[in-house]
Amino acid sequence: MAFKYDSNARYAKTHEWARIEGDLVVVGISDYAQDALSDVVFVELPAVGSTVSAGTAVAVVESVKAAEDVYSPVSGEVVAVNEKLADKPELVNADPYGEAWFFKVRPSNLSELDGLMDAAAYEAFLASQEH
Amino acid sequence: MEPFIYDLSRPGRRGVDMPDPDVPLTPLPAEYLRDDLPLPEIGEPEVVRHYVRLSQRNYAVDKGFYPLGSCTMKYNPKINERMARLPGFALLHPLQDPATVQGAMQLMYELQQMLAEIAGFAAVSLQPAAGAHGELSGVLIMRAAQVARGQGHRHKILVPDSAHGTNPASTTMSGLTVIEIPSGADGNVDLEALKAQLDDQVVGLMITNPSTLGLFEQHIVEICRVVHEAGGFVYGDGANLNAIMGITRPGDLGIDVLHFNLHKTFSTPHGGGGPGSGPVGVSAELADFLPGPIVAQNAEGEYVWTMPARSIGRVKAFHGNFGMFVRAYTYIRMHGAEGLRRVSEDAVLNANYIQALLKQRGDYPIPHGDRFCMHELVAQGRIAGAEGVHTLDIAKRLIDYGFHPPTIYFPLIVPEALMIEPTETETKETLDAFVDALTAIAQEARTNPELLHTAPHTAPVRRLDEVRAARQPILARVPVGGR
Repeated sequence: MAFKYDSNARYAKTHEWARIEGDLVVVGISDYAQDALSDVVFVELPAVGSTVSAGTAVAVVESVKAAEDVYSPVSGEVVAVNEKLADKPELVNADPYGEAWFFKVRPSNLSELDGLMDAAAYEAFLASQEH
Repeated sequence: MEPFIYDLSRPGRRGVDMPDPDVPLTPLPAEYLRDDLPLPEIGEPEVVRHYVRLSQRNYAVDKGFYPLGSCTMKYNPKINERMARLPGFALLHPLQDPATVQGAMQLMYELQQMLAEIAGFAAVSLQPAAGAHGELSGVLIMRAAQVARGQGHRHKILVPDSAHGTNPASTTMSGLTVIEIPSGADGNVDLEALKAQLDDQVVGLMITNPSTLGLFEQHIVEICRVVHEAGGFVYGDGANLNAIMGITRPGDLGIDVLHFNLHKTFSTPHGGGGPGSGPVGVSAELADFLPGPIVAQNAEGEYVWTMPARSIGRVKAFHGNFGMFVRAYTYIRMHGAEGLRRVSEDAVLNANYIQALLKQRGDYPIPHGDRFCMHELVAQGRIAGAEGVHTLDIAKRLIDYGFHPPTIYFPLIVPEALMIEPTETETKETLDAFVDALTAIAQEARTNPELLHTAPHTAPVRRLDEVRAARQPILARVPVGGR
């Protein structure tokens, strides 16, 4: 199956994307992740003002099939969360790279993004995971 | 749809006429009275018909094959029910003087001993009310033991990704931190990833063996050794004990704490028919921390309630779900040691028979089909030539063939998982018919996928809208005509 990718974002092996917008990093989950989860029914987001570190679970996304942790791809302070997802979790399925962003981080170490994959590398990573 | 019993209520109807009291009436104190408790008013025949109709719409192991992976939906022998209904067991009050309930306490004492022997432990508490409750008790025991060792700063519980989904929840409820450990390509725990997490912050590891992939963890002894070397304990999730009784013992493998699911392995009722029962067994080092009171025998041979010296406390009102102890005790005594081993051998044989048939027919990939499975197997609902069909569709179509679907989409590490656990109590004819149904469904998936997308067709209700139920749950009865 062909998945969508945002060429401006970088991707974690745990299927989060991170995109630089101004001096913030916006985080969401990939099209592959929403497809694998199927219909999303609930999203739990971190508290605004909380400090997160890269690679730790900070949010939860729940579908009719599974509940999965969402790991922050960067360290820093959470400055905004997407309140719309509380009432409209289906946005995660409809528009994973756009309206369904999860949270925004003021990064403390932007070079952490260098450890993530670009869209082409992520696509290749997904292909290598299929078995 | 069957109406709610409240909607069948009519003012003034009743099923029982109480006799006039032969003692002076004492009104209940006003503070205990409430007028907002509308109990249904209904005659006996209507009550009976209501519940019989509901039961006929239900699916149960007494009606057909129920291969719900990880749940061990084995047949519950009817002699269990007879024993549990003996008045000497059924009519006891938990606050009776111990001198008047010595028989019940003897049964509990012997059940503690039998479970300890089956799993290789020093002591058992019967208190926890279900599997996840046993897990929570077990995690609290490990934590209390770390505090007693002066290691109260430890906060990490390691959980392999092939463990039961309740393990992370039990850990979180006990205030500790979950660290997930990946599986290797062979289905075993990734030993290097495990070792990388072993430090002086580890309370313990929670492992399910056989795992939710239906595989025996081949490095279990080494896993226990390295966790112990790091100062941690090993918790065993006993939900899959049905595969190994009389063959190996978790305590002998190095596991320190384990919960039993009497409602799985030991044939007590399951699901809505419960309640469950999740006794917890421990090694000698942890015996003092068990929840209590448990039953002991004093020098005079009397059975007494005793609180373990450094108990984590009481985890259940009174003494646990006693009726389940009678049923599990009956099951163990009916089988004996040889019989329990045979139970596990047949459970594993039945699962491998299904796995072999599915491999032969080739419709459903089996990710670890190169290994023998234990009491369950994990296949995938990925049918070549039917890419639009998903596991959910296959599961729903199985209902039309008269079978309860297997567990689906679990374990999470296998995409489109179908987790099949036949148990030991099924005949070869049933297993053949089940695989024949899966084969027929695979053919339908290629030729008429719509039939699967719209299944079930013959059940009391059609495809349920699980998404809407999860997004807009209605958790209380809405009376006819609304509120």
